[in-house]
Amino acid sequence: MRAGSREVAESCLDGITMEMVATYCDRLHSSKPDLAARRIEAIGFQVGQQLAERYTRDRPRFTDHLEVIKFICKDFWAEVFKKQIDNLKTNHRGVFVLQDTRFRWLTRISVDSPLTPSEANNTTLAAAQAGGKYLYFPCGLIRGALTNLGVPCAVSAEIAALPACSFIIRIKV
Amino acid sequence: MAPAKPGDAAFANVDHVNAELFTLTYGAMVRQLLTDFEDVEEVNKQLDTMGYNIGIRLIDDFLSKANVTRCSEFRETADVIAKIGFKMFLGVTATVSNWNADFTECSLVLDDNPLVDFVELPETCQGLYYCNVLCGVIRGALEMVSMRTEVKWARDMLRGDDAYELRLKLIEHVAEEYPYKDDD
Repeated sequence: MRAGSREVAESCLDGITMEMVATYCDRLHSSKPDLAARRIEAIGFQVGQQLAERYTRDRPRFTDHLEVIKFICKDFWAEVFKKQIDNLKTNHRGVFVLQDTRFRWLTRISVDSPLTPSEANNTTLAAAQAGGKYLYFPCGLIRGALTNLGVPCAVSAEIAALPACSFIIRIKV
Repeated sequence: MAPAKPGDAAFANVDHVNAELFTLTYGAMVRQLLTDFEDVEEVNKQLDTMGYNIGIRLIDDFLSKANVTRCSEFRETADVIAKIGFKMFLGVTATVSNWNADFTECSLVLDDNPLVDFVELPETCQGLYYCNVLCGVIRGALEMVSMRTEVKWARDMLRGDDAYELRLKLIEHVAEEYPYKDDD
């Protein structure tokens, strides 16, 4: 059997990614969130590079940046998260925004619902804080994959309302 | 057509991901831990702790989907782990062997191990139990069903042995404490 055709339970991968976040953000570097973020991003970067290599093995070379980004939105996202990116925007000057309206690792996060309208803002903030640490890894995945495909970039993420989030790719020129 | 073995049914009952993604993610994480700690013993400990934390949650998933009934003795527990537990989560089975005289200690020999696809350990990582997360998972899961255990690697192919063999030892059955506290 080819290694690539093998499957494991999704809960195994979820368990590892959740625990990776807990280990770095809560146990090892709880007082240094930036350091925890960098470590997790580095893990994602490594995996992204390896996956890009594997997923593009049998396809023709990409001709431009947009084609690579589209590959990330469709094929790459589908392989990793079993759905495609829902919305892609660009300013045509090297910035791309990838929106996932239901990002898998944010679907099971909950925050207390607001009691008053004035608390609603705090809830959005709390959601962003609770979910943000689960986005270091996918940011690294994207940056690793793009770097491997010849598109050096910086990747950040934003949460507007759970479980939706956006990944912002800034291509380095 | 009904699947032939209970483990197959359990595996069919959960959502799947490509094993490659899981294996590479685990590998990259171990690698990062090695870089950060520069001490394999500490990495072994971290992996075991992570496994424990995963195990205490995975057991709920297992009990809700595996369709198993209460195990009457530890021998049955070991069989369920080997044939259904491993199958449901990793898609592989294990063989139970080497029981001690009073049936509190046995070996689980993995028939296959998806965690180690693509893995080779360099000289500098000789003391590493790369798959130590599995020990923690089993220990954590069993603790949630009132069994305190010790789980260790007995043989590890990444360290040059001829099989992946876990040694599973029941330390005690922990009595559940009543009444449960409602708060905290």
